[in-house]
Amino acid sequence: MRRFLNYHRDLIALTAVLLVVLLVMLLLNPERFLTPNNLRSMAFQLPEIGILTLAMMIAMLHGGINLAVVGTANLTAIIAALTIHAMAPKMGSEWLAVALGLGAGFAASLLVGLLSGILVGFVGVSSILTTLGTMTLVNGACIVITGGSTISRLPQSVLFIGNGAFFGIPVPLIVFLLCGAGLSLVLSRTVFGFHLYMLGTNSEATRYAGINNARTLLGVYLLSSFFASIAGIIMMARFNSAKADYGQSYLLVTVLAAVLGGTSASGGYGKVIGVMFAVVMLQMLASGLNLLGVDPFFAIAMWGAILLLVMTLSHFVRRRA
Amino acid sequence: MRKLLRRNEFFLALLIIALGIGFTLANPKFATIGNLLDLIKSFSFFGILSVGVLVVLLSGGIDISFTAIAQVAEYASVALILQFGGNLWTAFLVACCIGIVLGAVNGLLIHFIRIPPIITTIGTLNLYYGALYVLSAGQIIYQVPDFYRTLSGATLPGNFPVLGLFWICAVILTACILKYSVLGRSIYALGGSEVAAIRVGFNILKTRLFVYSFMGFVAGFAAVVHTALVQSVIPNSIVGRELDVIAAVVLGGANIMGGSGSLLGTCLGVALLAMLGNGLTMIGMSSYWNNVMIGLVILVGVTMSAIQRNLQVRRRVANLTAQ
Repeated sequence: MRRFLNYHRDLIALTAVLLVVLLVMLLLNPERFLTPNNLRSMAFQLPEIGILTLAMMIAMLHGGINLAVVGTANLTAIIAALTIHAMAPKMGSEWLAVALGLGAGFAASLLVGLLSGILVGFVGVSSILTTLGTMTLVNGACIVITGGSTISRLPQSVLFIGNGAFFGIPVPLIVFLLCGAGLSLVLSRTVFGFHLYMLGTNSEATRYAGINNARTLLGVYLLSSFFASIAGIIMMARFNSAKADYGQSYLLVTVLAAVLGGTSASGGYGKVIGVMFAVVMLQMLASGLNLLGVDPFFAIAMWGAILLLVMTLSHFVRRRA
Repeated sequence: MRKLLRRNEFFLALLIIALGIGFTLANPKFATIGNLLDLIKSFSFFGILSVGVLVVLLSGGIDISFTAIAQVAEYASVALILQFGGNLWTAFLVACCIGIVLGAVNGLLIHFIRIPPIITTIGTLNLYYGALYVLSAGQIIYQVPDFYRTLSGATLPGNFPVLGLFWICAVILTACILKYSVLGRSIYALGGSEVAAIRVGFNILKTRLFVYSFMGFVAGFAAVVHTALVQSVIPNSIVGRELDVIAAVVLGGANIMGGSGSLLGTCLGVALLAMLGNGLTMIGMSSYWNNVMIGLVILVGVTMSAIQRNLQVRRRVANLTAQ
């Protein structure tokens, strides 16, 4: 029991904070917080930032950061939307055009991941600098491709990804849960995942242990880009449009959520379940405050305060332990 | 090592000169005094911020929150002056004091709680910016006091803009601190190796507190310049540009892991970004291409310095095995 408690200390602390937030929001909005309507709107809003956070977390596990996640998501959405628009009249079948569009979007984002991965893994550029560069490049490419305009009016079959529901469960939420489960499996059950955690803990040690660091890092950025593009597709489907500057404010929030979820900024430690809890908590905070009619920027200030608070608490807990 | 550093800036200067010649050939208006002075004026805000970022990077830290600090300092100083009256000096005083306090909070959190600087400052960025928005209700101030307009139009003999002079002052002040004070040396030492700096006997708390307060001070200083440049206070006009400034400093050869970097390089980095944007527009290329070009320049720059470093390490290993 005691070992269990010790092992899952972070998760327990996070659950406690989550419950406190839930309780406070329930007390402040007794009638409106736990209504189907509010739960539904939360379930639709949460996945895009949740999946972006997973993309960020993968890069943080090796001790780096991927500043290009939001740009990659937008690039995917823009390429996919343009391909769908171009192909739909020619193909005759809407489904084929959509499949081609999504394929093109994913391919574009994997190219970005490939570039970042090669620079970080094989050339040895620090990850913050590499992704600062790819972020600027990708954002620029998005603006050049679209000319700064919005691409809208997507076919119905795409919109289902963002706004549909299976048995009352929103599709984006299902995608988010699948992404979480998939990433969790990759991290805990594959050689790649094991190498990644070890690399994040001590990259010198993995190198001397004969692990190919460069290849692991390439995998990290490919995987991170892949998740970013899933988030991009969901964003495109939910807004029924794609644009170069969607979600720019998400970038730092994903770092915040990942760290709040127990991911170590210096690498080597972090669990998917913790990150998912943190995302749910941030969303509850935002929605609850929104229901109260509080300025949305108050939620931003609260996120910052909670991040600092959690880091401070865990610092003192660690020091006593 | 020293030679290598010099070479980095040498390449950057060469690139700037080549670009300048190219732009001028395509559009003779580029190299006119008027255009260059305009560029200096409009990038003075950016340039002042980059000086503060350099100092933080030198110490081995990073600050993302400086845009939020500048935003708070700008809004608070203008709002206070509108309420109680004041002149340019009050504006600087208030803005810089606010900057120092908010920066010191960053420094204390980073030192005592041992949160990595990037996480701390992402937290405080959200905190400062969110709080400003809540307290100001997001209201834009359209009417700024008259002295800001005077400041914006003020020039030295030779039409040199006073705002550009502020940038030069910030650079000189920082150069004096970095070169001629023990504090400056302790910043380099901390960035090179924290453990070594402690063993040598530097007071790490003092250094760190200074570094982040100085960043805040610079952000406050820049905030006044920004108000003069845009002649209004919009609560979201600065936040979101933090990574651009960091990119300029990194382009200038500062090592993001700390310990090395120079003011000359930083100024050249800012100049490169300024010229790229302005020059591309002047040769008739759509401004949409700006970010693509800047991204490419960053990627090529960081890749080249990484390759250089790798070669150096390989050479050193080869020397050792030869012995």
